[in-house]
Amino acid sequence: MRYLPKSPAERNEMLAAIGVQSIDDLFSSIPEPFRLREALKLPGPYSEAEIIQYFRERAKESSVSYTSFLGAGVYNHLRSVVTDTIIQRGEFLTSYTPYQAEISQGTLQAIFEFQTLMCQLTGQEVANASMWDGSTATTEAVLMAERITRRRRALVARSLHPEYREVLKTYARNSGLEVEEIPFGLDGTLNQKTLESALRDDVAAVVVQSPNFFGVMESVATLADRAHSREALLVVAVTEGVSLGLVKPPVEADIVAMEGQSFGLAPSYGGPFVGVIATHEKFVRQMPGRLAGQANDRSGRRGFVLTLAAREQHIRREKATSNICTNQALCALAATVHLTLLGKEGLREMAEQNLAKAHFALGELEKIPGVRRAFEGPFFNEFTVELPRSVDSVNRQLLREKIIGPLALDAFYPELTNHALVCVTETTTRAQIENFVSEVRLAIALAREPR
Amino acid sequence: MSQAIRNASRHVSRNEGLIFEKSSPGKRAFDLPPLDVPSVDPAKTFGQKHRAEGVTGFPEVSEIEVLRHFTRLSTWNYAIDIGMYPLGSCTMKYNPRVNELVARLDGIATEHPFQPQSLSQGCLKIMRLLERCLLEITGMDALSLQPAAGAQGELTGLLLIRAYLETQGNARRKVLIPDSAHGTNPATAVIAGYEVENIKSNPEGQVDTEKLRELVTADVAALMITNPSTLGIFEQRIAEIAAILHGKGALLYMDGANMNALAGVARPGDFGVDVMHLNLHKTFSTPHGGGGPGAGPVAMKKFLEPFRPIPVLVEKPGGELSLEQDRPYSIGRVKAFSGNFGVLVRALAYILAYGPGIRQATEDAVLNSNYIRKKLEGVFALPYSLPSMHEVVFSDAIQKSNGVGTMDIAKRLIDYGFHPYTTAFPLIVPGALMIEPTESESKEECDLFIEAMRAIAEEASSEPGLVAHAPHATRIGRLDEVAAARKPRLRWSKEGSS
Repeated sequence: MRYLPKSPAERNEMLAAIGVQSIDDLFSSIPEPFRLREALKLPGPYSEAEIIQYFRERAKESSVSYTSFLGAGVYNHLRSVVTDTIIQRGEFLTSYTPYQAEISQGTLQAIFEFQTLMCQLTGQEVANASMWDGSTATTEAVLMAERITRRRRALVARSLHPEYREVLKTYARNSGLEVEEIPFGLDGTLNQKTLESALRDDVAAVVVQSPNFFGVMESVATLADRAHSREALLVVAVTEGVSLGLVKPPVEADIVAMEGQSFGLAPSYGGPFVGVIATHEKFVRQMPGRLAGQANDRSGRRGFVLTLAAREQHIRREKATSNICTNQALCALAATVHLTLLGKEGLREMAEQNLAKAHFALGELEKIPGVRRAFEGPFFNEFTVELPRSVDSVNRQLLREKIIGPLALDAFYPELTNHALVCVTETTTRAQIENFVSEVRLAIALAREPR
Repeated sequence: MSQAIRNASRHVSRNEGLIFEKSSPGKRAFDLPPLDVPSVDPAKTFGQKHRAEGVTGFPEVSEIEVLRHFTRLSTWNYAIDIGMYPLGSCTMKYNPRVNELVARLDGIATEHPFQPQSLSQGCLKIMRLLERCLLEITGMDALSLQPAAGAQGELTGLLLIRAYLETQGNARRKVLIPDSAHGTNPATAVIAGYEVENIKSNPEGQVDTEKLRELVTADVAALMITNPSTLGIFEQRIAEIAAILHGKGALLYMDGANMNALAGVARPGDFGVDVMHLNLHKTFSTPHGGGGPGAGPVAMKKFLEPFRPIPVLVEKPGGELSLEQDRPYSIGRVKAFSGNFGVLVRALAYILAYGPGIRQATEDAVLNSNYIRKKLEGVFALPYSLPSMHEVVFSDAIQKSNGVGTMDIAKRLIDYGFHPYTTAFPLIVPGALMIEPTESESKEECDLFIEAMRAIAEEASSEPGLVAHAPHATRIGRLDEVAAARKPRLRWSKEGSS
């Protein structure tokens, strides 16, 4: 087997050195009835060429020749080949968590840079590296708020990503946390009146996403004021980080939970991505996840170490801030390289292109009779439209033209029948947008005709 | 430096500041195609919410500078690609590069989790085949690929147990955890809403079955066991342990962190385990990447299947695969979207490379650890003498008399060109040296490691100061972690890091 570096002679030599007759003797501690006598029924062994062949075949059964208008927490953005070149360097790819600082300075300094970039983006003072994704980061942010405030209720905007809300509920169920949903108003943002009446002195956190699941910006500053008036914390989830190139960061938030997929990570059918929690310095000891900090050696040389480990499971066990151990380090490195490549101007330009393309698409769609924008309020690269037909029926027609249409919102919000969440990024060309719009027009017209 | 070091030399590596320190306004490393639609004025769109000034502090550098910056940083890392990485419990094995290639294919890396399932059959087939392979390897009945890492696998497993016990009328109160367990186990149990009760290991480092019999009451939901244990020893009374739990209506959870000792040799499903997780980034070679990403699939017996987290992969009549969201008994969702899919792809590629030959990998892993044990026994103290499987745990008891501890020996190992073993774990071994070579090491590499360990043991008595102040060959010395934690500097800022 090509991955195993031993000849039969070497194996025998080693067995002899150990003083056993056969390899089976080394497994004598496994009780006899549990020792497998037959080979496992697994496909393989495959040569490298056969492995590539198998996955190439799977890759054909895909959306590869389609144009997509899906976002909803996973975004198509341009990625530089430099990012992949860096993260495939064996020194990054095949190293472990940097506990041994003297021979892990590369990873540690990159983490420190990641933390800095995330602080700059979110306007917060400290950021961890990292959480599993945006959904678990949001959940951990709420659990963190529960620890800080010692309160047991969370008010969660229904305009927060539906799958994020479900993850939060799974975790909350057994931690004594009560999760209450706050509906959205006609403008698609959190209904502040309902919030006001639900907001009492037992609330640990108000949780919103901005831009929210419908693409609309929430009023972070106002919501922060409201939450703070009851000494509750405001948790802001960000699923589309590129928006922060153009939009004021949620500085008023107490905790920001971000999904970093937009920063150089492929959609990859839903993972691996990278979650981040950013917050005020005063809350750092309640923060879950790894942190790199600056330190000096005896000669005064600057270096970086994993720090404040007294929060973590390997030290604190059942008293830890979280059970997270393995995180998404390589994805965080990809985000670091990607954002460094983009830089200040590149991120701004990418964000501006998203803004322009999404607004262009909305303008074109609104020209179709019966199509209307569902929610007012500023949006970034996603928006919600109401169609005169079911979104599924339109999407079925689009699919024939090799277009993956927008997300049908009624899957998550039964009240939003015929509502579609459209995402347009810098990767979609004008021609593709125009073709999409004309196919939507056609699909609606076709559906109107008597069968 | 000692002349005994023959497999490592110092070499020049470039110094490199933080990227923010290299920034100069106007430089850039990324260009976009020209905008082909009318531009939109962000100030007008966002009004007060517009970030007119851009992201303050973001670096402005060119492409070559970015490439060099991160390449220079990379040269400061140790990695499996460089040499043996004998971290006990971490299973640092070779990460085949073909796995990286296939995970990046168009049609795999490009797929969106909300795209129509008719266009996702390739991805779903990959998940289906991986499920089948993992079920065959574990001997279990059903699986979820959702959990993002081992710790989330543990949580999922405990939530399955809780959901099942609830249907029996009582979720119960406690989870039992041996004192040799990973820290994630107790941390997870708390999130699942359980109290943790620790069980002391017996003098042989095994679960004390007499004690267990006393502790398993109607209050106990489960025992979380690691098998082989963190001492690298198989729990010989595993069947009895399972029987004690089952006799009281409690379940047996297995932390699969050490499956590299068992794949192809024995199956948890055969020895009484009800639910377990696997670490694809350990046993199944997906790269650690400096701390992740991983994946922590959960395998279970049939009776736990209805409670699996959503989405659940099902095969429809006619063979079409589908991710089902509507499952009335499900514990709910543990992570958005469809698991760490890219990690699943790599793990399947690894399994396909071996097929049934995965047993050979397990045998070689156990062979390496026993070879190292044999050659170092007597040089280092062996606190538990039962047969080792994929890893061996020594202690620093002999060296301690000269004031040299496990951390010192570990740091000195760096000078010899190796990554340290795991120090100070498991907790039941004071001054532990936990060594897991994996199957990826040749006899030659094992011999060099043994030679280094023997040389360090020699130094510990002849020149203890040399060991106590190691490493000597690295670009920086031991960092002052206490000062770093007392006044944390967690980000760069223009005014000096604060």
